[in-house]
Amino acid sequence: MYCKDIKLNNREVHRGDHVFSLALKLSAIGLAVLLGLVGIFLFRAALPAIHTQGLRFVTSSVWDPVQDVYGAMPVIYGTVVSSFLAIVIATPLSIGVALFLTEIAPRSIGRVVGFLVEMLAAIPSVVYGLWGIFVLAPWLRRVVEPALGKTLGFLPFFQGPPYGVGMLAAGIILAIMITPTISSISRELFNSIPHIQREGAIAIGATRWEMMRLTVLTSSKRGIIGATILGLGRALGETMAVTMVIGNRHEVSASLFAPGATMASIIANEYAEATSDMHLSALLGVGLALFLVNFTISSIARIFISRGFRWGAIRNGAKG
Amino acid sequence: MDLDTNEVVVVFRVNIGGLMKAIYLLFFTAVIGWQPVAYSAALINGAGATFPYPLYSKWFAEYQKVDPEVRINYQSIGSGGGIRQFLEKTVDFGASDAPMTDEQLSKASVPVVHIPTVLGAVVLTYNVPGVEQGLKLSGEVVAYIFLGKVTKWNDSRITALNHGIKLPETDILVVHRSDGSGTTGIFTDYLSKVSAEWKTKTGSGTAVNWPVGLGGKGNEGVAGLIKQTPGSIGYVELIYAKNNSLNYAFLKNKAGNVIEPNTKTVTAAAAGVVKSMPADFRVSITNADGKEAYPISGFTYLLVYKNMPKGKGEGIVKFLRWAMKGGQSYAEPLYYAPLPTALLTKVNAKIDEISVK
Amino acid sequence: MKHSFTDYIYRSYRKRKVINAVMYVLLSIAVTLAIIPLLSVFGYVIVQGMPALNLEFFTGLPKPVGEIGGGMANALVGTCTLVLIASVVGVPWGIAVGLYLSEYGKDGRLSSIVRFCADMLASIPSIIVGLFVYALVVLPMKRFSALAGGLALGLLMIPTVSRTTEELLKMVPNHIREAGLALGLPRWKVILWIVLKGSRGPITTGIMLSIARIAGETAPLLFTAFNNRFWQSGLDQPISSLPVQIYTYAISPYDDWHRQAWAGAFVLVLLVFMINIITRLIFAATIRKRQES
Repeated sequence: MYCKDIKLNNREVHRGDHVFSLALKLSAIGLAVLLGLVGIFLFRAALPAIHTQGLRFVTSSVWDPVQDVYGAMPVIYGTVVSSFLAIVIATPLSIGVALFLTEIAPRSIGRVVGFLVEMLAAIPSVVYGLWGIFVLAPWLRRVVEPALGKTLGFLPFFQGPPYGVGMLAAGIILAIMITPTISSISRELFNSIPHIQREGAIAIGATRWEMMRLTVLTSSKRGIIGATILGLGRALGETMAVTMVIGNRHEVSASLFAPGATMASIIANEYAEATSDMHLSALLGVGLALFLVNFTISSIARIFISRGFRWGAIRNGAKG
Repeated sequence: MDLDTNEVVVVFRVNIGGLMKAIYLLFFTAVIGWQPVAYSAALINGAGATFPYPLYSKWFAEYQKVDPEVRINYQSIGSGGGIRQFLEKTVDFGASDAPMTDEQLSKASVPVVHIPTVLGAVVLTYNVPGVEQGLKLSGEVVAYIFLGKVTKWNDSRITALNHGIKLPETDILVVHRSDGSGTTGIFTDYLSKVSAEWKTKTGSGTAVNWPVGLGGKGNEGVAGLIKQTPGSIGYVELIYAKNNSLNYAFLKNKAGNVIEPNTKTVTAAAAGVVKSMPADFRVSITNADGKEAYPISGFTYLLVYKNMPKGKGEGIVKFLRWAMKGGQSYAEPLYYAPLPTALLTKVNAKIDEISVK
Repeated sequence: MKHSFTDYIYRSYRKRKVINAVMYVLLSIAVTLAIIPLLSVFGYVIVQGMPALNLEFFTGLPKPVGEIGGGMANALVGTCTLVLIASVVGVPWGIAVGLYLSEYGKDGRLSSIVRFCADMLASIPSIIVGLFVYALVVLPMKRFSALAGGLALGLLMIPTVSRTTEELLKMVPNHIREAGLALGLPRWKVILWIVLKGSRGPITTGIMLSIARIAGETAPLLFTAFNNRFWQSGLDQPISSLPVQIYTYAISPYDDWHRQAWAGAFVLVLLVFMINIITRLIFAATIRKRQES
């Protein structure tokens, strides 16, 4: 089947390559152009609001569509906190699940359970929200939050009346929603590592866990971080489920029990009924703010990662 | 990545794989090109308020039995969204709980006609252990509760209205809507009329800056929170409360009577306004005069252009006439309040003004 | 000296065994913690959704409230159509970007920018992508359409597909590529027929992940595909879809509609399930060598 191609002369081989690489490059550039278009769209739509509100848009906590006063600080805070909480909960959990399913569980169970975890991604956001209101929030209100309040109540994070709905509920639901992403991609990454590496580690006397740490985790470190960033993206942009369990209160509060609001949820909540142009513009301004928040977080993460890799290489000596 | 293993079974796999691939692709092409029914008339699209969606879906289905040629597709994306799509002309008609503002009307290239269709009401629903249906409240007290001034259920202002009911010392948890909605619009409009403090501090609109409380998404979000939280109070549509067997309060109206919210008292609220109704029907009927009027009521409107193109326009006008006649009888069984008969004449006259070319 | 050296080895070996056991326990806890919500959410959907399933659900059109029966047949077909359009947009574009980043770009500035753009795109709320497509497609066309809805969903797919493709192709050892080139194959054939084809199982996972997500998205469809209570009459017309229909029924006051909404959610998950299995069987079956250890 492949012998035919050997007969091609040099020029034809090169032409195919040119076309192919050009096509790929165009699609890559196209993606950047697409993002630029979205950014311009947001910026143009948000301009009236930013113009009138000024710096107050990001520092003030007052969101008053009646008076056309818009301060988006609480939603920025809410988005960052809930997404951070989600990542903190979901990443170790997902990696742990992926490791368990690929390394420890028998192959058939690993495949079935892994498939089920993937299917979690198919459940519509609305359904997560309803589950959150009727199952998660009551459980938090009756069991978890009182317990946390009694034991860790001296910390500002666990103070205040337990409503059930609030930042903690939002963080947990987001964690559940991004677990399929991080764990499925991690599983595929782990499965792609040639077995010979694992066998080598065991051959020199590593325990099972050390084998996982040395071969599987180290090789897929970059991929796992990529999967986590993808999960973070999903968490930042999630609307329906979060808005149903976060309590929707425009306030900045240190406590995880307190209700809050996120950028995506406020856009989804108010867009359909927004009557004045300024309100619409303010909502899209929040969208722009989300854009910028993610920009910042992604850039910081990138610097941190590339710095971290270089550090790791220097510390471990020769190859990194 | 095992090339040799693939090659060994490549013959077997290609045979089965190719056939299944073909079937799969054929299936999906059929799905995309699926047109099981050849529709003769064009689809009439409408968008807008969520509140009347159940009734409108009933109307459009019933009307299709009357006139099979007219297919109307209405989707509830919210009053604001409906108005915007209507102005952009991506849909043929709109629907809104609140009438369009002057600012919005100025954007229309063709004059807009507001057709009131039915009435709805907002009720205060609560979860207070030991208290059943029919807690009595007044406008001022409700405003104080939502302002955060009245914080306990056994506050003297509430007990004064409810002799004979034992109210506990629990904190009041306020639940409001987190999403913009016509329900909020009607409710805050009422609060602005009965409380000067509310008017200056918060004002009225589909989304406001609530002084206190948690936000639930949609009627079901509010109802869900209230069901789960003892001591809470919130506002939902009457239809929602009735269909989900929620306890709701009776309100003291402008005339001083304590009124139970139901379709009759809501229609009574509109009846009081018929004589003074402006020509374009854009009016608020909260806190209406009338002995039996329920104070938190409101119209819901269909928005059409005064001049419409022949094909779709004819269908819409014929439907509107039916809505004013046969349609009104479907309202009450679904807990919507029909328009008072005195108003129907005026609306029919307005429909006659629509020109179809 | 020999004494303490053996002791040292023995003690450190014991410590390593303890750590090993502890990690086993932690991993098991992780799986349990992940399984509990999984079972809870799935259980909730099944318990609420299955009672409402009947034949009419799969064959009937939506009926107004008060009339028994009615189904979501048009929404089911509509979701399939939208997913298909979205895949036509999202999968080739996503894979192309992933290929570029892993095969051609490696460290260049363009590829860092593109990688960054993909991550940014992943975090844009789906409703904003919907509004963007609304401004781009619906307004000029002056109508809602299946094409606009499919486009919005396709755009949402791209980051996941491209990130998965890129990461998995990077795991392919270079000697495979070199072997292909050594045989005289042009580079593009090496990439497509060998590297990509070899990883098609894992890459399909990424594609299925994104299909699972977009199949359940409501917000972007509200302003692009709208909804349609009739059968769809053309790709440039509004089209019904399961998530929008579920949402419309879920926020209504009626129990009968709520039951149908749950049935819809259940069917949606089943649909994605089936797309997943069938696509894997046909396009992505690879034989894994049996391992001894």
